[in-house]
Amino acid sequence: MADRIPAEPLLRLEGVHTHIGQYHILQGVEFDVPEGGITMLLGRNGAGKTTALRTIMGLWQPSRGSVTFEGRAIGGLTTPEIALSGIAYVPETMAVFSDLTVEENMILAARSGPLDRKRLDWIFSFFPAMQKFWHSPAGVLSGGQKQMLAISRAIIEPRRLILIDEPTKGLAPAIIEGMIGAFEALKRETTILLVEQNFRFAASLGDTVAVMDDGRIVHRGTMTALSADEALQTRLLGLSLDAHQ
Amino acid sequence: MKKMRQNKKTEGDDMADISAPAAPSAPDAIPKKSLDLLPLALPLVIGLAAWLLIGSTTTWLTLTLAALAMGMMVFVIASGLTLVFGLMDVINFGHGAFIAIGAYLAMTVLAPLSGWVQADNLALNLAALLIAAVVAMIGTGALGLVFERIIIRPVYGQHLKQILITMGGLIVAEQLLHAIFGGDQKSMALPAGLRGAIIIGDLALEKYRLLAVAVGLAVFAAMQLTLNRSRIGLLIRAGVENSEMVEALGYRIRRLFVGVFVAGSALAGLGGVLWALYRETFTASIGGDVMVLVFIVIIIGGLGSVGGCFLGAILVAMMANYTAFLVPKVALASSILLMVAILMWRPQGLYPVAKR
Ligand SMILES: Nc1ncnc2c1ncn2[C@@H]1O[C@H](COP(=O)(O)OP(=O)(O)O)[C@@H](O)[C@H]1O
Ligand SMILES: [Mg+2]
Repeated sequence: MADRIPAEPLLRLEGVHTHIGQYHILQGVEFDVPEGGITMLLGRNGAGKTTALRTIMGLWQPSRGSVTFEGRAIGGLTTPEIALSGIAYVPETMAVFSDLTVEENMILAARSGPLDRKRLDWIFSFFPAMQKFWHSPAGVLSGGQKQMLAISRAIIEPRRLILIDEPTKGLAPAIIEGMIGAFEALKRETTILLVEQNFRFAASLGDTVAVMDDGRIVHRGTMTALSADEALQTRLLGLSLDAHQ
Repeated sequence: MKKMRQNKKTEGDDMADISAPAAPSAPDAIPKKSLDLLPLALPLVIGLAAWLLIGSTTTWLTLTLAALAMGMMVFVIASGLTLVFGLMDVINFGHGAFIAIGAYLAMTVLAPLSGWVQADNLALNLAALLIAAVVAMIGTGALGLVFERIIIRPVYGQHLKQILITMGGLIVAEQLLHAIFGGDQKSMALPAGLRGAIIIGDLALEKYRLLAVAVGLAVFAAMQLTLNRSRIGLLIRAGVENSEMVEALGYRIRRLFVGVFVAGSALAGLGGVLWALYRETFTASIGGDVMVLVFIVIIIGGLGSVGGCFLGAILVAMMANYTAFLVPKVALASSILLMVAILMWRPQGLYPVAKR
């Protein structure tokens, strides 16, 4: 099921170029995110993965090419418009509001009204720390807890697509195990585009995969196929993934 | 090295949380915001030092009330500016224009109300001031909307241009005031009921200063309430820290910014009314002297921090008033010295705002 790519993907990037200042970072990025499941975006450090997510989110404007979400071009829209169309974003920096409590962070993330108690309990079931630190300012949370808050914020209301940038960066193995459970629960109800450096984590969660290098997509396929082919892994990703953990 | 150790510690915390969700062992380990109280000791230290140097308690109390009144007026003017800077990184040297416009609007409103102003009836006096203040705030708020559109918006993200064009806006506004109202010095008398002082023993508390303190505290309380208890307030605080993430959550930060800019302009207008009544005479450049203090205050408070701005305003005003009495020659330099000292202690200001 996950191996078949539906005719109409949820998100499609075609020939996307992004300039940051004078630098030409994305140089014709092409990939699809099929509806449902987790699409992994892999690649070495500096390959352009973060830039790709920021471009989808409208935080950088693509200088060329098209970004299509649910059949609608979102390339020229502003970031709030893109967010309102149903895309949530968990940046690499997590960007929790450290001066605000966990609760206040969540209140702002729940745009359409008061917090939904049931949904909150669902989130607490895999991120119990969020309940425990509900009234604490986000600034005092540990790195792993900030990551959980950043993800909780993205899922407090159902969204069509969630972009997550390196959620396991700098986390201890035990916490990463916990994260896997959370993502498995998540992928049952929504579509996720996940940037990841930890290959084991990626392999255990990913359905579809795209690999970037030097601002371009250099490989597309299924996660099962990539996991099975160690030579391909080494060629595409080098040793950086293993060295990371 | 330091970072590694930090990571280890936080990872340990996480593990405990995940493996023991009930966390029965350490229910009291929940971190609360540690209130940073140290800066609050500064006014106490400065006040105590001044009291020892001055030697007379009544003189000291008079000077302290004068400082608090001045501090509150500076705070009212500065509070909007610090949020405008924090939220959008906009440096607005034109803020002083709203002080002057507020003063002229109040003068215009109070002229036909002179019966109420001169009446021997405190309620009527205050009503006249209230009407003048409300009109001044509506006027400066509306002008703030225009100012944001035509002066600020074209130069988002370009600091040098912001400085030049907002200074230009200030000059244009001052010249327009001169053209409309004439270039002579204006006067605005205090209402009868607010002149003079309340005498307690040999202590004289000037009534208008008490009013200024009350207004300043009310503005501070209203701002704290808004920033801490309302969704808009949460968005403003979140936006000061990371405006990009606020947008990624689906909020239009520009709209929020325009709202804050308008509110900040209205508060500058209110500050202008208070300041003009305090000095009783003014010209279109009334904003000039006070804006120097305002910039010092938002720098030592921590750009974007309303609490820091409040404390900074009180400190600057205390220094100004005490030194004016003790060593008049350095009165002007005192606030600069204070700023240098505080920035040597805390380079980001008293209450630094976390920035992405
Ligand atoms: N703000 C920026 N200004 C200039 N160059 C940038 C900026 N952000 C990223 N880059 C460059 O773009 C390239 C891709 O970066 P990034 O998208 O962060 O890679 P990845 O997330 O795959 O590690 C890198 O060479 C990086 O140096
Ligand atoms: Mg990255």
